Amino acid sequence: MAEELKVVVFTLANEEYGIEVDKIKTIERMVPITRVPKTPAFVKGVINLRGVVVPVIDLRGRFGLPETEPTENSRIIIVSAHDLEVGFIVDSANDVLDVMSDAIENPPEVVGGVKAKYLSGVAKVGEDRLLILLHLAEVLNKSEIIQLEQFGSEP
Amino acid sequence: MEMNQYMSIFIDEANDHLQSLNENMLRLEQSPEDIGIVQVIFRSAHTLKGMSATMGFEDLASLTHEMENVLDLVRNGKLAMSGPIFDTLFKGLDALEAMVQDVVNGGTGKRDVADLVARLKAIVKGEASPAAGAGSPAPAATAATNASMALDQYQLSVLAQSLESGYQAYYIEVKVREDCLLKAARAYMVFDALERHGEVVKSHPSVQDIEQEKFDRSFSVYYITKTDEATLNDQVGRVSEIESVQMTRLDKSSLAELNPESRKDPASEAARETAAAAAAQPAAAPAPSGAAETPAARQAAPAGGGSTAPRTIRVDIERLDSLMNLFSELLIDRVRLEQLATEVRRNDLTETVEHMARVSGDLQNIVLKLRMVPVDTVFNRFPRMVRDLAKSLNKKVDLVVTGAETELDRTVIDEIGDPLVHLIRNSVDHGVEPIQDRQQAGKPETGTVHLRAFHSGNHVFIEIEDDGRGINRPKVLETAIKRGVLTAETAKTLSDDEINMLLFAPGFSTADKVSDISGRGVGLDVVKSKIESLGGHVSVTSTIGKGTKFSIQLPLTLSIIAAMLIKLGSEKYAFPLSSIVETASVKREDIRTLHGTRMVDYRHSLIPIVSLAELVDSPDYTENGEEETEMLVIRKGDKLAAVLVDEFIGQSEIVLKTLGKYLTGISLVSGATILGDGQVALIIDPNALIK
Repeated sequence: MAEELKVVVFTLANEEYGIEVDKIKTIERMVPITRVPKTPAFVKGVINLRGVVVPVIDLRGRFGLPETEPTENSRIIIVSAHDLEVGFIVDSANDVLDVMSDAIENPPEVVGGVKAKYLSGVAKVGEDRLLILLHLAEVLNKSEIIQLEQFGSEP
Repeated sequence: MEMNQYMSIFIDEANDHLQSLNENMLRLEQSPEDIGIVQVIFRSAHTLKGMSATMGFEDLASLTHEMENVLDLVRNGKLAMSGPIFDTLFKGLDALEAMVQDVVNGGTGKRDVADLVARLKAIVKGEASPAAGAGSPAPAATAATNASMALDQYQLSVLAQSLESGYQAYYIEVKVREDCLLKAARAYMVFDALERHGEVVKSHPSVQDIEQEKFDRSFSVYYITKTDEATLNDQVGRVSEIESVQMTRLDKSSLAELNPESRKDPASEAARETAAAAAAQPAAAPAPSGAAETPAARQAAPAGGGSTAPRTIRVDIERLDSLMNLFSELLIDRVRLEQLATEVRRNDLTETVEHMARVSGDLQNIVLKLRMVPVDTVFNRFPRMVRDLAKSLNKKVDLVVTGAETELDRTVIDEIGDPLVHLIRNSVDHGVEPIQDRQQAGKPETGTVHLRAFHSGNHVFIEIEDDGRGINRPKVLETAIKRGVLTAETAKTLSDDEINMLLFAPGFSTADKVSDISGRGVGLDVVKSKIESLGGHVSVTSTIGKGTKFSIQLPLTLSIIAAMLIKLGSEKYAFPLSSIVETASVKREDIRTLHGTRMVDYRHSLIPIVSLAELVDSPDYTENGEEETEMLVIRKGDKLAAVLVDEFIGQSEIVLKTLGKYLTGISLVSGATILGDGQVALIIDPNALIK
């Protein structure tokens, strides 16, 4: 029996991605971000989310896609998973879709420039719409960040 | 049945009882003859058993049951406490603690206790008469039976004594009307009327239950008074909505009839105490016969005299945390309002804002106080730990605890336990000498470890002092050089204190033998880093042959600190005021370069200069172009440094917030705070600026 999965759809470099609704706390418009020194480049800093300080990362930077200036459509998706609360900057976030679990296939090696290990699957929605589902545990993986940090601190 | 809502109560109370058991067992070990302590222990154990059985933790209940049997023999004088019995009972306590811990962690509390149960049974059988052995389970077996109106020996003797001294004893049954709306209030009025003329010895249901309306329509009390029946009837009858009051006068023969039932009573009494929660802490031994009221009755009539039990409620920590969070929101708004008020310059607005500032200052004090917990919650496990340690090391050690009532922020309390365990173990293991050595040195056989806590200014100090052998500094140096902690050259320049501090260097251990207690060489440096992460400071002083003293300095609270806000181009940062010595400015020509380090003359000594802009890679500010630069002189221990910044904004009370778990390992930043304009500012950790 196929289960129905509710996902929030957002765009990143013209591709559509999805994160399960229950992992998402809120979606915010861009707010001033306070830079935090000595962090990887994709960590944009921290924001004040109604009294709670939340770190924000640029998903484009996280996936190694070229970073762009935020636009009117840019959003910060506050994700709460694996005991972590992190904001993702995305190009836009504008839809919630129901995805049937049997419509999800394993991701190919690279989709839209994003490595497969960050993805949990690709869902086909409707006739010709592909939704890339994120593997949050990997996206939020900190050990990789530490490696990146060490890499970054080398001269 | 929905058990979850009772689970937290069970865990809290089980911990309380275990703690009281531990403490009293230790006391009993000191004075094994004191039957009073045995009674207290017995009651605690009994309550614990009842609670566990109710919650379905069979293993917990059965082990407690056996321990109780042993205690029952002891309190009836049929068994004398001895070393092996103590050890077995302590082992039993450990097992109980482990089981409760398992329950806390969501487990089933199951554990193989067959061995311990067998040993306890052996004690009961082997060293006591068979009759006693058979008799003892009786009170336990009735634990589950519904506690009705049974009196225990104590209450019976109170009744008997009052009869002898001319009082009259009554059994009163009060029935409230069916349409009565506030049964508890009516019952309270009845109690109030009764208490004015005499004393309630016992009530059924318990006073707590009555207060919470947990009774049907009637309740009954045993009551002693000098007033005659008619007056009483009149007094109680005046309470409205009471249907009937039935008084039965008790004499000696009717008392005697009640007596056989008394076997049942410790059980029912204990069960009732469970409901009575904090008020009837078994640790509080029954009051001497002068006060005949039960603890429960005392609560119902606070005006009736000697109400000493503090009225407390248990609050979920999360609620306190969210209260704290909301309050910090308020604080942020306050700062914003203050800014606006200075901009708008309207007198009435300024006054209102000032008043609000005062009120919120008071509120802040209360909110912070709410989070304060006495260090006793950490200290209370140490006496037992020291006892076990000393036994396993064949030493004699007294732990003297003072200032256990000193209060500290909850967050600090939660974290300080492990470092203290380490330091105390260290003192017992390495500090206090073996008995022979002590005798040779002309010291008393028993070593003493002092554990002190006290307030001083905005800090709490915790000291651990032993009268042991002291730190052997030459040996410390030797080891440090051998382990490569420092070179022989630098070793010569160190002061005594600096040598002592080598104990906290990573990878350092002076113990010749590695014991399982301490001395793996991983201990003290962890202690130091933990304490420093709490914003504290640890130091050590020692006299060879006399002893060693570890002193820990901790901040009172971690939530709100006074800070200096500074600007760096478009960015704002906060420095904890506690580490700032002075603010000043420095001219470009006064900065000198020595061995590649920039230094500045500050009160006749050269101190290094730290450029904050360089450290944080400031995107839009550098002090290089400036003729004169603002500087903050900061201190870490006795080292000073000058931090160059763009501009001072001013002092402010800021609310500490973490950066979240995602951003860890940024040594430069200790946290963040939200400014009046809603922006986040990072808090710089001054300790990271001074190497």
